[in-house]
Amino acid sequence: MSTVMEQTKPATEEHPIAPYLRMDRIPHIWCPTCGIGTVVKCYATALGESEVDLDKVSIVSGIGCTGRVAGYMKLDAFHTTHGRAIPFATGLKLGRPELMVTVFSGDGDLVGIGGNHFIHAARRRMDLLVVLVNNFIYGMTGGQNAPTTPLTARTSTMPYGNFEPPFNLPHLAASCGATYVARWTCLHTRRLTRSFKEAIARKGFRFIEVIAPCSTLYARLNRLGTGFNLMQFYHDNAEIMHGADPSKVDIGYQDKIVCGKFVDEELPTMLELMNAHYEKTLGDKYVPMSPEGGMIHDPDQSRDREEVAASRRDD
Amino acid sequence: MKYWRRPLDLDQVKVPRGEVVIIAERCKGCGFCVEYCPKDVLVMSDKFNRKGYHPPEVVKNGECVNCGLCEMICPDFAIFSVSADEGSEGETAAEPVGSVRQGEAAKEDDN
Amino acid sequence: MKTDPAGVLTGTHYLDGDFACGEGAMAAGCRFVAGYPITPSTEVVERISRRFPMIGGTFIQMEDELASMAAVVGASWTGTKSLTVTSGPGFSLMMENIGLGAMMETPCVVVNVQRGGPSTGLPTMTGQADMMQARWGSHGDYELIAMSPQSPQEAFDLMIDAFNLSEIYRVPVMFMTDECVGHMTEKVVIPPAEEIEIVPRILTRTPPEDYLPYRANGNDVPEFARAGDGYRFHTTGLTHDERGYPVMSAECQEKCVHRLINKIKNNADKIVRFEEEETDGADVVLVTYGITARVAQMGAQLARERGVKVGMIRLIVVWPFPEKRIRELADKINAFVVPEINYGQIVLEVERCAGGKAGAILVPHGGGGVHDPNDILDAIMGAVK
Repeated sequence: MSTVMEQTKPATEEHPIAPYLRMDRIPHIWCPTCGIGTVVKCYATALGESEVDLDKVSIVSGIGCTGRVAGYMKLDAFHTTHGRAIPFATGLKLGRPELMVTVFSGDGDLVGIGGNHFIHAARRRMDLLVVLVNNFIYGMTGGQNAPTTPLTARTSTMPYGNFEPPFNLPHLAASCGATYVARWTCLHTRRLTRSFKEAIARKGFRFIEVIAPCSTLYARLNRLGTGFNLMQFYHDNAEIMHGADPSKVDIGYQDKIVCGKFVDEELPTMLELMNAHYEKTLGDKYVPMSPEGGMIHDPDQSRDREEVAASRRDD
Repeated sequence: MKYWRRPLDLDQVKVPRGEVVIIAERCKGCGFCVEYCPKDVLVMSDKFNRKGYHPPEVVKNGECVNCGLCEMICPDFAIFSVSADEGSEGETAAEPVGSVRQGEAAKEDDN
Repeated sequence: MKTDPAGVLTGTHYLDGDFACGEGAMAAGCRFVAGYPITPSTEVVERISRRFPMIGGTFIQMEDELASMAAVVGASWTGTKSLTVTSGPGFSLMMENIGLGAMMETPCVVVNVQRGGPSTGLPTMTGQADMMQARWGSHGDYELIAMSPQSPQEAFDLMIDAFNLSEIYRVPVMFMTDECVGHMTEKVVIPPAEEIEIVPRILTRTPPEDYLPYRANGNDVPEFARAGDGYRFHTTGLTHDERGYPVMSAECQEKCVHRLINKIKNNADKIVRFEEEETDGADVVLVTYGITARVAQMGAQLARERGVKVGMIRLIVVWPFPEKRIRELADKINAFVVPEINYGQIVLEVERCAGGKAGAILVPHGGGGVHDPNDILDAIMGAVK
């Protein structure tokens, strides 16, 4: 005979990560045994421990399950169109260079429809932290094949098993020019948090792939149990190999997952390249955009929008 | 989790003590905390929360070492640990070490 | 307020329409441009990329038009006035993110230097066949503003107005020029900076604890907070409530989307703009816009020489359409004659508003050139009968 949990001694304590979350939207929509919440927890912890100015952190998500992350984080949050989180983030960063912009989205969003933007942002060394939660599937829309779905895995659009070779994401990122490339699973909470902290402290195009379980779609369609079983799989089959050659860390179906930090270099970012170049070619004539951004705002203008609109009515 | 060898300075190191706080109404019964607690302090209870999930409960009072793994791994922000050592604040000193406390019930999202 | 003088190239210039358009953007305070090359619009960004490093602006050539529009919407959220420039095929690609800009209520300007279409069409030759697309191109219900200049001078002047309108109404503004205006070189007078009035980005004065990103004051336009100022807002392309949080319900859709429509519809009188001449007592009224307006002048003149009373309405703001004025005139005249470089787009609006009381006669042109004034004359003479 089961009963509803009795409230024995209601404490006023809230989860330590609550200041980073929009608590009025918790509980979140992610399924039981989904790993996205864990990744959010690690990222928020890393933000806190990095002591960055949270007012200057912007988070941009695309569409999909992971795309909902922006909606739950208490930062300037942008839930944009499918695949376009990276160029949106590029606009944010270039419009106000002092912002620290994180892109948090899923595998289908970032390297499927968003593939073109991914490779160019890496090539340019846009100063973005890109967190890609890889659940090997398009979860939100019901389990379709993704560019990361391993060979032979079943999905709703490959009902007889996937025959398309998937991306090797660290290889893709590294070969396009990302200067920090790491992969973890969401089981590796502490290492993932440490990786986030490292990436937050660095500049340039930083890419962290996090393998996360998808219970309702990937696990169910492939009869792998639930996300819990996938976590046990990560436990037994993840291998940490820092500095591994990114071209060799493919993920086969229910095969070993090589984790670790694969690339960590320091190279000038896009803005640094731009500034250095214009200073060299234009000298004194170069006027860089200030770090506070290109907004032209009249500080004396104490009128608000209604007054402005009203005054124009009278013109 | 068992140690595969006994640490040589085990008698010199003060093992921290912690207290698990479970926000039962937020739990979705995934089982990660139960599986990965290094001291096996938790089990899935057979009680239900309001949404019909089985939250965890502490079965080994006094053995939580405040490692914080449950806090890190819970995808639903429904469990965390606090220090139960003397000298840490407030209510903890007077209570049995390693017990569970009910955290704040999750606010219903009306939308 | 007066614009930032750094962007104003005061003086008398001999510029083509594309360059004038770029100068207009810089004079208006635009400081972020993301674009992708496409004939015949490329000169706008070439001009901007040359001058921006000297005035504190950032130009980036993105990998495609979808990225360009996304970057423009993103940059606008930092409070920076943002612009992108394209032509027909790129305009089609940008549509999803124009919708995002409309839903998120992001001020920005999109220049479409129209060319012959559809598809790759006539890349180096003029057209006016994207006019309906400017209004209806993205999916779903929304309203925005579209303008049409007829000369390089107007390409400069109206850009400033386009940015101002986008700031007041927090809406993307489509700047619909065409290859003819874009590639024609004429005298352009750029006034001193003190004479250029701009509407700067208006930031909310509500403190962060009380701020709701989509709570609209009386005039349907919410207050803007920019990224990095500590407001920690959330904005989304999903149907959202006043907090900016997605809410999937019909009630929320009604509240959210209907307001987007009303924002422009209820203020249409303040936004609509056209030039009218000799419509008093006219039998036929020409309705034109862009380069065709200049050709139509000749057609009207030829008709007047034959004794026909011809008036003309030149649309400067094409969307929202000046329904009221067309309805008023429909009661008094024989017919409207609508020459446009397409097979019938704005004429449909004229016909709708005329309501059968006056004819709406299209003078089509497939693109690749401008009308022969005699064709317009023939249409006017036909309308008189």
